[in-house]
Amino acid sequence: MRSGLIAQKVGMTRLFQEDGVHVPVTVLKVDACQVVAARTEGVDGYTAVQLGSGAAKVKNTTKAERGHFAKSKVEPKRKVVEFRVSPDCLLEPGAELTVDHFVAGQYVDVTGTSIGKGFAGGMKRHNFRGLEASHGVSVSHRSHGSTGNRQDPGRTFKGKKMAGHMGARQVTVQSLEVVGTDVARGLVLVRGAVPGSAGGWVLVRDAVKRKLPDGVPQPAGLRSAPASDAAE
Amino acid sequence: MNIIEQLEQEQVSKLAAQRAIPDFAPGDTLRVSVKVVEGTRERIQAYEGVCIARSNASINSSFTVRKISFGEGVERVFPLYSPSISGIEVVRRGKVRRAKLYYLRDLRGRAARIAEDNSLAARAKNRSAAETKAAAVAEAKAAAVAEAEAKAAAAKA
Repeated sequence: MRSGLIAQKVGMTRLFQEDGVHVPVTVLKVDACQVVAARTEGVDGYTAVQLGSGAAKVKNTTKAERGHFAKSKVEPKRKVVEFRVSPDCLLEPGAELTVDHFVAGQYVDVTGTSIGKGFAGGMKRHNFRGLEASHGVSVSHRSHGSTGNRQDPGRTFKGKKMAGHMGARQVTVQSLEVVGTDVARGLVLVRGAVPGSAGGWVLVRDAVKRKLPDGVPQPAGLRSAPASDAAE
Repeated sequence: MNIIEQLEQEQVSKLAAQRAIPDFAPGDTLRVSVKVVEGTRERIQAYEGVCIARSNASINSSFTVRKISFGEGVERVFPLYSPSISGIEVVRRGKVRRAKLYYLRDLRGRAARIAEDNSLAARAKNRSAAETKAAAVAEAKAAAVAEAEAKAAAAKA
């Protein structure tokens, strides 16, 4: 199992292909995605790589974090995430991953935080149909209906769909096709929509439900000459 | 310029280089050559009508062409930069005072006519279009001649 990448959603656009078909794509930007730490079986009991992305200001980084980044000689990162990997895909701290990690035509799962909708009613949150527009319905046209039975069971079951907070939670969209990558600008173009607003952080992993194509870099798509500027 | 705008601009310039887009506006009568795929064969179908709207939005630009087909009004929205359009030709320039000619939908027959634009500006546009077309034809001819010469030279050698 390979590592994923930390990316930032840039926005959506469309690509016209030669045969006239147009493809809606989401543009994801990978910015200085480096390995910050590695978790190994011997020390931690599991194998994973901790990646960091984006540049954080040193003055806004705590002393503990500074020490952590300095240990692997990387610049302070804005976003740090662990990816579980198989032991053969472990990476050296300090190595930088590039968008070469993914190849056009492969499928990925993208995890992000969906746009928050606040407190939403049943119609918006669960696609309830609401009440009728007429026939004696007053005031409660967008309300949900009954929430249970009568004296037996005498309570509303747990998990009953009702109004409440909607959005702003972790969402994973599975099996999105990678349409292309742009190494110079650090962009991954993914077919379809991705959770979250533009500028939000997303995690891009190999799709769990699709086979990896041949030619995918193993253990990861790394920058050949890693920028080894030590953190202060 | 942000990344999305950059990507779109690159595509626009690439697609515009492949197929020149004539200077046209709502009110003009257009002949749009559309590539149609029938099974494995590809052919070109012309769609002729009045341009009633244009939307300018980088790669998402589009235009609407309306025509009366067998007594029934038909409107098609074409993406301006779509590779499935092989050419756009201005047949006639119309004189209109609106950017969106949606009022034509309620008009039939003589009422739905648009006066021809005979202004100097329109004639200048036609002239420049004719010039670019002639240049393209001449270029194609020159290329064909060069190719024939190359073939002849190859045959000789």
